[in-house]
Amino acid sequence: MHHYVTEGYVLPNQTHIYWTTMIVLYPYITGIVAGAFIISSLYHVFGKQELQPVSRFAMVMAFAFLLFATLPLLNHLGHPERAFNIMFTPNPTSAMAGFGFIYTAYLAILAVEIWLVYRSDIAYLAHHAKAPAMRALYWVLALGVTDVQEESRRLDHRVMLVLAAIGIPAACVLHGYVGFLFGAIKANPWWASPLMPVIFLLSAIVSGIAMVLVCYITVQKVKGRVIDTACVQSLIEYAWYSLIIDVTLEMLELVNHAYVGNEDWEILKQLLTTKLFVSMFLVQVLVGSVLPFFLLGAVVVFKDRIAAATRHNIGLVGGVLLLVQVLAMRWNVVMGGQMFSKSLRGFLDFKVDVFGRDGLLSAVALFALPFGALFVFSNVLPLWGSIATDPKDRLSERSLDSVQPRRSWH
Amino acid sequence: MTSPADHEELTRRAFLEKCAEAGAHTFLFGSLFVTTAMMRLPQEATSRTVGPRGGTAKEVIYGFVVDTTKCIGCGSCVRACKAENNVPDGYNRTWVEQYTFFPNGEVIVNSPNGGENGFEDDLPERNMPEEIGQLPVRGFFVPKLCNHCIDTPCIQVCPVGASYKTAEGVVLVDPQRCVGCGYCVQACPFGSRFLNPETNTADKCTWCYHRITKGLKPACVEYCPAKARIFGNVNDPYSEISQILATNRVQVLKSYLGTRPRTRYIGLDSEVI
Repeated sequence: MHHYVTEGYVLPNQTHIYWTTMIVLYPYITGIVAGAFIISSLYHVFGKQELQPVSRFAMVMAFAFLLFATLPLLNHLGHPERAFNIMFTPNPTSAMAGFGFIYTAYLAILAVEIWLVYRSDIAYLAHHAKAPAMRALYWVLALGVTDVQEESRRLDHRVMLVLAAIGIPAACVLHGYVGFLFGAIKANPWWASPLMPVIFLLSAIVSGIAMVLVCYITVQKVKGRVIDTACVQSLIEYAWYSLIIDVTLEMLELVNHAYVGNEDWEILKQLLTTKLFVSMFLVQVLVGSVLPFFLLGAVVVFKDRIAAATRHNIGLVGGVLLLVQVLAMRWNVVMGGQMFSKSLRGFLDFKVDVFGRDGLLSAVALFALPFGALFVFSNVLPLWGSIATDPKDRLSERSLDSVQPRRSWH
Repeated sequence: MTSPADHEELTRRAFLEKCAEAGAHTFLFGSLFVTTAMMRLPQEATSRTVGPRGGTAKEVIYGFVVDTTKCIGCGSCVRACKAENNVPDGYNRTWVEQYTFFPNGEVIVNSPNGGENGFEDDLPERNMPEEIGQLPVRGFFVPKLCNHCIDTPCIQVCPVGASYKTAEGVVLVDPQRCVGCGYCVQACPFGSRFLNPETNTADKCTWCYHRITKGLKPACVEYCPAKARIFGNVNDPYSEISQILATNRVQVLKSYLGTRPRTRYIGLDSEVI
């Protein structure tokens, strides 16, 4: 527990900041989940064919991040061993009490959906995997049904469609809810706003698309595989549109604070011009919003007039900038709300520790876990295409290794 | 005539459709249930017939009055509270703020160590910024504590129901249930709550519940030499607090937030927030 440097008058019980890196990380992770899921649904539900190359990966990525979404929360709780109280004795008036149920339901939807998407592959691998142990694993994953008929495959697809359709509002609830946690705190003028859930949701979509974009381009480049330019173009367009709405709402929120000028504006103004100046105006707005707006905007506007390889690189850089934007936004909301006292007369300084339970290292390690999970998944199931036997399916899934030429992105 | 395979396919499809249907119903009714529960759930632990101050005439409903015009800033209340409730260093269940006004409109607020040691050594004019350069024109002390709100944001947000309200209107935390998420600390507009570093659970003023249920006064009230703190049953028209409430104009902190505090103040200034 830290004692923070304070300026002005800070209420005696507010000389500590309780919600730190873990609470910044938690909405960041669930945001990536929501965004990635929406990308995969754009293909699976809305038939956006150009997103096919990343549709499976996006879904598995959502799952990998969701698996670890609770860890920052558990790590931050004073009594993690009582975490299940949130489901055993939920308080119906608490927005937070919804977490356990929303999370579990969403995890279940996602797990079933991934299983349905991969069922043909799992069944195929249960017969054709090299190692007997792996065949056994696939047999278990297939729940013993290794003979997938065309008819049942169509049924799988329909069920998956229904699940994805439920999954979209569920993803929105999962993340809009996080925004509501902050937006419904009337005690904190920096948080209290009905716009908060919408802003959180849109920035979630931005970060999810950006993460898919960055991972897709990076993996293809590292593996020396072809990058599907139509897919990158589409991802950039979705990211750009989401960014515009997201930043518009973020700025609307800020302008509204300033224009309405309630009694709290005086302290918020000082907060913005001092404590949050770098993380808000330099990082979130300038580097994270304005720069990618122009970078990605160029790709959206000029499309084919920009060389494919350049667009891939812009996608990579722009994606990273968007990820920085959303992380900065989470930081500014969570930490900004705790850097001033409810006395509205004083400030607290916050410095991130390197070590410790909620230090920088533990945050980085925690954020690396979903990538570790993705690596494990990638060794069990194909993340980027299908290996099922059906040639029609193989063609439609455009198995990148077999159909497309290598390294043509040069 | 359908083949056995078709038949099996159809029943499986029908089964899955039923499942999807049931799922959708559960989702719809579940959300409906939660919504109605949230709208209807009473904040009071027990909802009975409501009397003039939020309880039936026979019930005991506690109230607290802080008369800021009487507080001398000695800090006895803070020391008494810390001793009585074993409050860890750096945290306060109650504290005293000192407001000092300067001719140029500047207001300095401070509460060194929560006012635990009084204010003798920490008069703001000694640390006064040079540009002010004048002696204060007026000043006063404001003791603060949990407001034991009727519509408490802290109980509202507690995810596990560890924060609750007794039938007498006292807001308490069950340390056996608290998960230590800190959401109530964020939700309290008054800074009355903190996470106790020894128990890792939420902690706050209980109006000395262990004392008042035995007919004693809260420690801070007991030790205030200026009678600036008055505690009692607001449902008893003959109690001291009822008399004071009947004959004074009282205010609450941050009334615009609609939390309806049971701790009321005499002589508040608009600078006190």
